[in-house]
Amino acid sequence: MEAVVALFSPIYILMLAGILGYEIIGKVPVILHTPLMSGTNFVHGIVLVGAMVALGQAVTPLEQAIGFLGVLLGAGNAVGGYFVTERMLEMFKSSKGQEK
Amino acid sequence: MGYLIETVYFLTAALFILGLKRMAHPTTARSGIVWAGYGMVLATVVSFVHPQITAHIIPGNYVLMVIAIAIGGAIAWYGAKKVPMTAMPQMIAIYNGMGGGAAAAIAAVELLKQHGSTGTAPGTHVLLMAVAGALIGAVSFSGSVVAFGKLQELKFFKDDAKFRFTGQQMVNLAIFTGAVVLGLIIAVNHNTSGLPITLFFLLALAFGAMMALPIGGADMPVVISLFNAFTGLAVALEGFVLGNSAMIIAGIIVGSSGTFLTLMMAKAMNRSVANVLFSNWAALGSGEAQEVTGSLKPMEPSDAAIQMAYASKVIIVPGYGMAVAQAQHKIWEMCKLLMERDVVVKFAIHPVAGRMPGHMNVLLAEAGVPYDLIFDMEEINEEFSTADVALVIGANDVVNPAARTDKSSPIYGMPILNVDHAKNVQVIKRGKGVGFAGIENALFFADNTRMVYGDAQKVAAGMIQGIKDLG
Repeated sequence: MEAVVALFSPIYILMLAGILGYEIIGKVPVILHTPLMSGTNFVHGIVLVGAMVALGQAVTPLEQAIGFLGVLLGAGNAVGGYFVTERMLEMFKSSKGQEK
Repeated sequence: MGYLIETVYFLTAALFILGLKRMAHPTTARSGIVWAGYGMVLATVVSFVHPQITAHIIPGNYVLMVIAIAIGGAIAWYGAKKVPMTAMPQMIAIYNGMGGGAAAAIAAVELLKQHGSTGTAPGTHVLLMAVAGALIGAVSFSGSVVAFGKLQELKFFKDDAKFRFTGQQMVNLAIFTGAVVLGLIIAVNHNTSGLPITLFFLLALAFGAMMALPIGGADMPVVISLFNAFTGLAVALEGFVLGNSAMIIAGIIVGSSGTFLTLMMAKAMNRSVANVLFSNWAALGSGEAQEVTGSLKPMEPSDAAIQMAYASKVIIVPGYGMAVAQAQHKIWEMCKLLMERDVVVKFAIHPVAGRMPGHMNVLLAEAGVPYDLIFDMEEINEEFSTADVALVIGANDVVNPAARTDKSSPIYGMPILNVDHAKNVQVIKRGKGVGFAGIENALFFADNTRMVYGDAQKVAAGMIQGIKDLG
């Protein structure tokens, strides 16, 4: 039974997170599509932590080299994704000056 | 330590979700990315003491980690700060590609570990996920690099046609099949040598590049969005391999929202995703456009200014041509003068104005145009009939009435802005050339249309002068 639960919990996560992704983007006005695409691009920059774990466990020089590349690319994704998105969103201002 | 990591990853996932939610509204969008940013920093910091690393600490790896983060972060930070707003789409593409590459790298390390049997032996289903993530991530990586090259208009990528050849789809299919078969062999056969793994990655990278190479620049946004979804999926798959919940949640959310966004973009362009990927624009439509009658009637910027100054409502339709001419600042300056004269000014944005949906909004925002003056096509299309002047700047196909009536036109069926319903239409255009789709625009020949020829920035300056001269 426990094995079945262990098998199914990722499937539940898959379903719920999938619906959530759909819900988040469905309510976004077109004017925010480019920044939002950029924002989701930043979010998958979390790949950085996986690359860190992979590099941390690397033993052979080849594994280290690939792990190094992975962390470098992951950091680029996270940092670049953040600043590009922030720069775009920074510019959205209302004529009534009620910007937060 | 496990509890600390899991708690922080949970917090990160929550911050990502709330952050994306806040990005869904202009007033809270800025804080949304900041929230998500906090999540990322938290997750990265605690990952230094991840149990999977601290179980067998190799100090040299920590040094490598810090150096890699410093180099990758610094280059990306510099690029993100320096890039002009018109180049945003290709920057998103390249950062996305990096994420895909990182996911593929994780898979490579995991597969090599398996090969060297330094780790605990994972089951076949884990290896299958690793291989699937590697394939998708590698495709996203090489495809995004090609997309970047195309949008950046690098010489090598300039000519789309040179990358099109007969039997292309069969070749691509062969490469893809080869990668899948090798991937299955690696996953099922637990004791593989390094050669099939290397070959597998080469084929996956080749497929990504081959997929993106023949696609034209105008279709690129859809492809970039698709690769964004791919990277999300790859990250989720590698998250399952590593048992990393933050990667799983974030990856799936990006995968599903990215897929949905891709479909929405394709729909706005009146194309299906399959159509974008597997057919050439030139092959669409019979090309026998309807006969266009009438003549082009030029107008001076100063006269155009007078017409607008005495109007009660002006709707401005900006296109990518305005952005290329960097005219948005001047245009906004002109709008402010009009608004001082109690003219109602609104901006109408077609879904594919700019280089991707919403890109034009970003460009207008950069010039200082408040977002509540900017309207989507559905919101404003009815209003054109009440407008005294519709001013079209550097847009062409998105205002071409042939999309409504001419079945033989390549753009037939594409929703367009009803500019032709306005009392007067002014079109700022550099020359007499046809639009991207290569077809004449009947709007330009209509009785109530006047053409204002010249560089958009200079024309706008002329209009500003014209309004000021009225006193």
